[in-house]
Amino acid sequence: MRKSYLAIIPALNEEHTIASVIDGVRLHAPQFDVVVIDDGSSDRTREVSEAAGAPVIRHPFNLGIGGAVQSGFSYAQENGYDFMVQVDGDGQHDPAEVAKLIDRMAQNGVDMVCGSRFMEKTGYAAPRARRTGIRIFSAILSRIVGQQVTDPTSGFRLFNRRAIGLFARDYPHDYPEVEAVLMLHFHQLRMCEVPVTMYQRGGGVSSISTGKSAYYMIKVLMAIVVGLVRARPVVEPGDEPPVAAAHGI
Amino acid sequence: MGTRIQIVSIVATVALFVIVFELVRRRRLQERYALLWLFAAVVLFGLAAWQGLLSKIASAVGIFYPPSALFVIAFGFILVLLLHFSVAVSRLSDQTKVLAQRLALTEKRLRDLEAGAEPEVREEERAPETVGRAPTP
Repeated sequence: MRKSYLAIIPALNEEHTIASVIDGVRLHAPQFDVVVIDDGSSDRTREVSEAAGAPVIRHPFNLGIGGAVQSGFSYAQENGYDFMVQVDGDGQHDPAEVAKLIDRMAQNGVDMVCGSRFMEKTGYAAPRARRTGIRIFSAILSRIVGQQVTDPTSGFRLFNRRAIGLFARDYPHDYPEVEAVLMLHFHQLRMCEVPVTMYQRGGGVSSISTGKSAYYMIKVLMAIVVGLVRARPVVEPGDEPPVAAAHGI
Repeated sequence: MGTRIQIVSIVATVALFVIVFELVRRRRLQERYALLWLFAAVVLFGLAAWQGLLSKIASAVGIFYPPSALFVIAFGFILVLLLHFSVAVSRLSDQTKVLAQRLALTEKRLRDLEAGAEPEVREEERAPETVGRAPTP
């Protein structure tokens, strides 16, 4: 049976870059269906995307990147896709490198392949504070999951059906990438990384501004700690919902 | 405990109880959220009315002025109530997220159905002229 591929492009106010990202995916990864997830943009992201021929899933208001990507997982699962790749709408991920992720997954059958900026010298010039932060996460996370994770904050990721099912059910809220690695580990799903190049943002505003960096660090560190001691780290189908959406005091 | 502070305490706790009860009666407040309030009001009323118990509790935890013990207990209730609301807000925001996602996915599906197209249009069926521009470096 033919495998089906979905590329989701989460976007928040990316009207200047979204079209070239869509075209890039079409050009370099033609086997992928493209869906833009417009996380409550106030600009013309949706119109531009539809003009470029990509269907849009539009949130009525901003849910944050975690909520946006989870909509992608739900869509992929409901439509029976075998693989889903996340390519950010700001142009920092190069669609030409989706093939690298696919190749690696085909080679070693892991459940998630993550594009890493830091495996090779790729000339990615992140601000020093951010590099330091990522290095700290990387060290902590690598120790916990027992394998080297060089770029735990990268959102350039390819998921197979098992990972799609897991994350459609439960995906972290605001800054999900680091926690997602932990979740994979707890569910005994495997991941690996491939070196990729990331561009500076083509336009728009990063979801993580300098002022929010400290909050980001603390929030993710807390998420790691909480993740380690969580009452139900593994939520299987049929369990109580992972979110707090159950009734009670 | 002086008579005056006792009267004030009793009046205040009775007022709290009546206000909460009235809100529930008018359906402005759900029972689920009113229970803790009513429980707090009843306990505080009991302590305000029954001087001996309040004095005992106060001396047991080392508070010299019994009415202060009333404030400490009231403060404890307020903390519990606030925590209760934080939990409720978390639940609401989770539910809101799921609703927004379902709405977005359903809208997409509806548009696909209205357009008479299958939800998944395979790449090769699309017009090739949409391919071309390179990604923004």
